[in-house]
Amino acid sequence: MLTAILTGFLFSIFLVFAGKFFKGKLSILSSLIPLGLFIYFFQFIIPVSNGEVIMRSYEWIPSFGVDLGFKLDGLSLLFTLLITGIGFLVFFYTSSYLKGHEYLDRFYGYLASFMGAMLGLVLSDNMITLFVFWELTSISSFFLIGFNNRSAASRKSAMTALGITGIGGLLLLAGALLLNNITGTYSISEMLSMSEAIRGNEYYIAVVLLIFGAAFTKSAQFPFHFWLPGAMKAPTPVSTYLHSATMVKAGVYLLMRFTPVLGGENFWNTSLMIIGGITMLYSAIHTIFRTDLKGILAYSTISALGILVFLTGLGTREAFLAAAVFIIVHALYKATLFLVTGIIDHQTHTRNVTKLAGLNKVMLPVGIAGILAAISSAGIPPTIGFVGKELTYEASLHSETLVILLMIAIVLTKIFLLYAGFVAGIKPFTGKLPEEHTNVKMPDFVLWTPPLLLALLGLVFGVAPFIIDSPIIKPVVEAMGADASEVHLALWHGFNMVFILSLITIGVGIALYFVVKPSEKLETAVARFESISPESILEKFNRIFVSISNFWTDFFQNGYLRNYISIIILFLVVLIGYIMFGNTRFVIDYHSLSRITVYEITATLILIAGIFYTVFTQSRLAAVVAMGVVGLAICLIFIFYSAPDLAMTQFSIDTLTVILFVLVLYKLPKYLKLSDYKTRLRDGILSSIFGLLIATLALQVIAEPVNKDIGNFYAQNAYLEAHGKNVVNVILVDFRGADTLIEISVLSIAAVGVFGLMKLRLKMADRKRYEDR
Amino acid sequence: MEILLAIMIGVLYAAGIYMMLRRSLVKLIIGIILLGNGANLLIFFLGRITKGAPPIIPGDAKVFSEAFADPVPQALILTAIVISFGLQSFAIVLVKRAHTVVRTDDLDEMNATDEDS
Amino acid sequence: MRTTIILKTASNYLLPVLLLFSIFILLRGHYLPGGGFVGGLIASIAFILHSFANGLKKTKDILLMHPGFLIPFGLSISFLSGLAPVALFDLPFMTGLWSHDPVAILGNIGSALFFDIGVYFVVVGVTLTIIFTISESA
Repeated sequence: MLTAILTGFLFSIFLVFAGKFFKGKLSILSSLIPLGLFIYFFQFIIPVSNGEVIMRSYEWIPSFGVDLGFKLDGLSLLFTLLITGIGFLVFFYTSSYLKGHEYLDRFYGYLASFMGAMLGLVLSDNMITLFVFWELTSISSFFLIGFNNRSAASRKSAMTALGITGIGGLLLLAGALLLNNITGTYSISEMLSMSEAIRGNEYYIAVVLLIFGAAFTKSAQFPFHFWLPGAMKAPTPVSTYLHSATMVKAGVYLLMRFTPVLGGENFWNTSLMIIGGITMLYSAIHTIFRTDLKGILAYSTISALGILVFLTGLGTREAFLAAAVFIIVHALYKATLFLVTGIIDHQTHTRNVTKLAGLNKVMLPVGIAGILAAISSAGIPPTIGFVGKELTYEASLHSETLVILLMIAIVLTKIFLLYAGFVAGIKPFTGKLPEEHTNVKMPDFVLWTPPLLLALLGLVFGVAPFIIDSPIIKPVVEAMGADASEVHLALWHGFNMVFILSLITIGVGIALYFVVKPSEKLETAVARFESISPESILEKFNRIFVSISNFWTDFFQNGYLRNYISIIILFLVVLIGYIMFGNTRFVIDYHSLSRITVYEITATLILIAGIFYTVFTQSRLAAVVAMGVVGLAICLIFIFYSAPDLAMTQFSIDTLTVILFVLVLYKLPKYLKLSDYKTRLRDGILSSIFGLLIATLALQVIAEPVNKDIGNFYAQNAYLEAHGKNVVNVILVDFRGADTLIEISVLSIAAVGVFGLMKLRLKMADRKRYEDR
Repeated sequence: MEILLAIMIGVLYAAGIYMMLRRSLVKLIIGIILLGNGANLLIFFLGRITKGAPPIIPGDAKVFSEAFADPVPQALILTAIVISFGLQSFAIVLVKRAHTVVRTDDLDEMNATDEDS
Repeated sequence: MRTTIILKTASNYLLPVLLLFSIFILLRGHYLPGGGFVGGLIASIAFILHSFANGLKKTKDILLMHPGFLIPFGLSISFLSGLAPVALFDLPFMTGLWSHDPVAILGNIGSALFFDIGVYFVVVGVTLTIIFTISESA
């Protein structure tokens, strides 16, 4: 199973090297990869429909409980089949759609890695792995939306999408960590058995909100929906694959996956119904105001996602059933419509629906696909769309509360969706062919077979829904934690309330289609409200954020070294000072201190005198010599307090430093008095306070008990383990030898740096520029 | 004696910071060296000071029988001293190089990091 | 550079003595104060003293090669002494290896000693490179 997931990534790595070769005719062969994966996952239908759950686990970071755990149950299987199946058609379609494109190999690379990430996402049983794949899908989506990287709008949409879904990803990570905190595991299967404990936990609401945040951003729920219409800047195969059929459903997948763990509570259900309800109605109405085919489809996709969230929120067995069926329905008809739109765009170079009509005269198979998909989206029998809609209505009708309100919402949504489907699937193919399109050619069969196949599948499943009910739908409902023994899909449910509602929907919807014609007037009318849309609010926020951070950076990064130092020191003084004066006792136990002898007083006096001379002398040479004296005084301290090795090293280094300074200093100018009296006084006060603070801090620290375990360990084992008696040296060359190895490497780098810096000859141009200043 | 050591550390730190706040390049480097010395002494001090008992196992013994100075801070400081030599020499050379190129000893005149300003 | 004849004469004798001393410090490091760092620094001071008295060129002639080449040489000794247990006995990196019988003066010879010798060469190489480079271009 791991191999299956990694195939996509391996293929895209392979393309990095072999892409040039692939760009030619062979690109169509790459569709064999998703096809192979589809067949591989297809064979799991039988075991999974028998109630088996296939688990595979590979160790990754066992110490953190993170492993590559994969689980294939009904829900995962449904998604893997969609990903690989639609993936196959999209790969196939792309080879003609982007034929001869400069970066075709790159495109396939992104698509393949997206497919791998998406498979990983729906198969992961470990929260951390899930998060990693979740982010990978966002990243590959970013690259695909920004595929036309020369267009500014495309880049901006890609950034928006990455920003929104990236925030969602972080929320998911936070949710995973919180869940781990409650349950002690990252495994979703193990969380299933702890559902009670999680729901009773005080952090339950927080966990749910985090998971919601992740799901709503990914699945473009209100008010995070606006990235999805922007994502339509991507080439149409991407819109088909990522932004309608698979990736945007990842959020819904997450909600469904966690329904058995977190669901069943009032908070969970109500929130999902409210958000899903708002989203589905809001964006369904929005479709009226669009003239771009892809814009219409984008909003109807958001609406469909809203329906799925809404159904998940209803939380009944019937709702889960309806959701499972609707995922298939939507994937089939929406992918078809997108592919059809792509063909229209490819052949006529416009997606403006007001300019399109009568195209069935030039591309009949495409027209058939479009019309079938529109019928399925409208829920007209005998398509699978009808089955899905009936189930949705039934689930809403049997809701426990607010039945009438819910029914109105869902029926209205369905009416507008019918309208959207008709506009996208039927309008371009009926009526009179405009003159400008009379010489439009019939597309390549590589282009029209995928949508037609999908549309026909929608018809086949509609006529014979039993094909999918027990092999695919039943395990999904079971995976969501409901009893699925009585699931039977049928086209005809009898003449009942649901059927009457269906008739109303279809009637009103078709009437709407004939009354309201998409026009640019409507589009501009609604554009006035853009200023209060979530998108523009976010943009305003971004602008303010950028200007604040510019100001902040300019304020602190002003290029004066001493300002940086002053700010850092001031901050430290205030922080440490505040903590110390608040919490410390300022006790010095005079009895515990060692005695002061005359030698030590002498050393101290030498040191302090040396420091003062270094600081206040006007001669550079005197300062260097005084600094040498300071080093020697420190050397004395090391001798007094049992550190002969340190004393020797300090002595040698001190000598070398003085030599170094003297060598260089002769070539440097004399000290200049650059600061005025006031500045010097201010700096003096600041540094004195800092010195005082450090001294006090040091005294406070040694008043506390000390732990010498490490030192004792080294000392006890120095001879027994490392055959050495000078413990300091044994630590350096044996116990911590690797550190020393790195240290001498650093020293070498410093030497190379010095050598390079001194021997460097500036290019004449550079030197001249500096001399001109 | 601890108090004397604390005073020394404080003075080293204060002097180091003061020198680093000056505008002269040479003073900056002297400040860095003083600060480094102060830090070494601070680590040494915080490891607790012991008189006349170096961490060297005496004569024929295989383990320590009496009290000894903590070897860990000493090992840390030993590497720190040597590394700081590398740092100092690099800094000194950098200053020299900057001086030959820009012909100023004043840090404030070197604050432009970009070509345009 | 103007130097006194006494320093000039003395440094010629001091160089071998100081070098011998530095090796002594290096080798006894495992038992008494000393070791590769201090030993290397003393050796460098010896060479620098010699260069002050006799000029950089003569010191370089004694060294036969640029001191910079000592750096990779020392680094390889240290690294190989750490690698030896991996290559020879399949033990983890930097495991100490020891001879069974103590050698006169040095005590037990082990991989740590070679590591220290590597440190010695790196320190000599680094210090001399820095000082020589600076005094050449100063």
